[in-house]
Amino acid sequence: MNNVYYGKLIFELSKEGRRGYSLPENKLNNYKLADMPEALMRQRELDLPQVDELTVVRHYTNMSNNNFGVDTGFYPLGSCTMKYNPKINEEMCHHYAFTRLHPLQNENTVQGALKLYYELQNMLSELSGLSEFTLNPFAGAHGELTGLMVMRTYHASRGDNKRTKVIIPDSAHGTNPASAAVCGLDVVVVKSRPDGTVDVEDLKPLLNDEIAGMMMTNPNTLGIFEHNIAEIASLVHEAGGLMYYDGANLNPMLGMCRPGDLGFDIMHINLHKTFSTPHGGGGPGDGPVGVRAGLEDFLPNPHVVKDGDRYTLTFNDKSLGSVSGFVGNYGVIMRAYAYIRTIGKENMRMVGPLAVLNANYIKESLKDCFELPIGGVCKHEFVFDGLKDKSTGVTTLDVAKRLLDYGFHAPTIYFPLLFHEALMIEPTENESKETLDGFIEVMRTIAREAKEQPDMVKSAPHTTPVRRLDDTQAALHPVVNYAELKLEN
Amino acid sequence: MSKIVEGLYYSESHEYVKVEGNFGFIGITDYAQKELGNVVYVDMPEVDDEVAAEEEFGAVESVKAASDLLSPVSGTVVEVNEALEDEPGLINKDAFENWIIKVELSDKAELDNLMNAEAYKAFIGE
Repeated sequence: MNNVYYGKLIFELSKEGRRGYSLPENKLNNYKLADMPEALMRQRELDLPQVDELTVVRHYTNMSNNNFGVDTGFYPLGSCTMKYNPKINEEMCHHYAFTRLHPLQNENTVQGALKLYYELQNMLSELSGLSEFTLNPFAGAHGELTGLMVMRTYHASRGDNKRTKVIIPDSAHGTNPASAAVCGLDVVVVKSRPDGTVDVEDLKPLLNDEIAGMMMTNPNTLGIFEHNIAEIASLVHEAGGLMYYDGANLNPMLGMCRPGDLGFDIMHINLHKTFSTPHGGGGPGDGPVGVRAGLEDFLPNPHVVKDGDRYTLTFNDKSLGSVSGFVGNYGVIMRAYAYIRTIGKENMRMVGPLAVLNANYIKESLKDCFELPIGGVCKHEFVFDGLKDKSTGVTTLDVAKRLLDYGFHAPTIYFPLLFHEALMIEPTENESKETLDGFIEVMRTIAREAKEQPDMVKSAPHTTPVRRLDDTQAALHPVVNYAELKLEN
Repeated sequence: MSKIVEGLYYSESHEYVKVEGNFGFIGITDYAQKELGNVVYVDMPEVDDEVAAEEEFGAVESVKAASDLLSPVSGTVVEVNEALEDEPGLINKDAFENWIIKVELSDKAELDNLMNAEAYKAFIGE
């Protein structure tokens, strides 16, 4: 790990003339580079590293050993639901019967694959209390956009074109307003009450015939269950709007409570959060979108249906159109299917309660050292507002950096924006009591260190491959490739 | 302890207005820059754009977060502080010296809705 020599950039290991390959003899005759049009010729040498195979292998193996993931340690990244990805999911989706399929293959030859797709659609419908799902969107925010497009298409189908606004709570994930903007909708912000839930009195005057709908997560970004959800949904429905459920926080609800039963009309699910498919690093994910009865026609094309004993792709004229090539990220869809089938219906009911129990256990064990702005029972995650004793000037950022020294991934920090020193912790249901106790002990140790050795905490991390990075320079002046780095030096 | 300048008007979203004749210089307070941390980008309107009280006119992005800028007053933008384009960190050096936009005020009565230095000091609890 962290070998100084192999810790260099691959370009810095380059030696003129060194090769990791041997090309066969060029048997093409009558081939003159000079005959190529000038415009197609490179003007300067290709700047590739010149290295032997062993150097390449050691370089990347050493680098990969510096990775941190759910497989290496506890990863309590709030709002991200970094749950364990069972290896049986990987085995299933790597089965050659699936990996060798081509999306343009004749339907008759891929009945099994379509059946799996159809069954997952139905399982998600059952788990969420909605009528129909599409698995086509590629990620959570893509699902949000698709869901909002369903909303727009629905209003347009009724000739109601003045609904151009969508209501979003001030505690929402940043993707909500971003998705609304991409969908051409204007955002109206509804305030939170001191306990973090939507302020119903602030919502009422915002509702009118220009409102296309409202986007919410429940539990919300602070991990608090929106107990007024029934009233909120009926107010929005009375105003002619639709309710959108952001599935980012579905995990604590799983098997216990269904968005469809709470009055939501449209939702997306992050398979990479709630259904244990890998995430982080930008994908691939998958963001299925579900709708209540009456909105099915507006889902994207194509859609997988069962016709007698046969599974087939259909294209609906009323659909919002296509949102992806073919039918979503199939490997991710297979992993989610394997997860649901492995856990089974009965055990699925325990996912939510265990996620909630773990979060509350950590919260209660640490609230004497860390500031808990919103008390009471949380759902799957909760937010501390920094250390309880801030007298030595140790910030949330310092605590997060110090956690790395102890081999834990840092929680989400400085989000949500409602608190200045937000530290957002989500353990997920998978972790053992020993792991949770280990984390609690380390957090208490850091709180003590913040009092006794504040300078040491402020300069953490001390044991990681790289020390504290310069966030400001990284944002202002990013150097992202070797050519730029060479220019710098 | 954050710096607060006497004679300016302050909003609850931590913008200030410094009034000179019919013009107002709008920026974020020292308290706001401290809370944000190092500013890496300032999204500003263009000259001749209209701004309205309590409406968004731009954003400040720091290493921690991106925050909308809400105008404390209504009016027309007559100048933007172009120095912030190259060096957004000026806001961290001196938030009151480095205003963001200069606005020709359309309704001076709006200033009555804002806080004075003393009220703002109490508002941020310092």
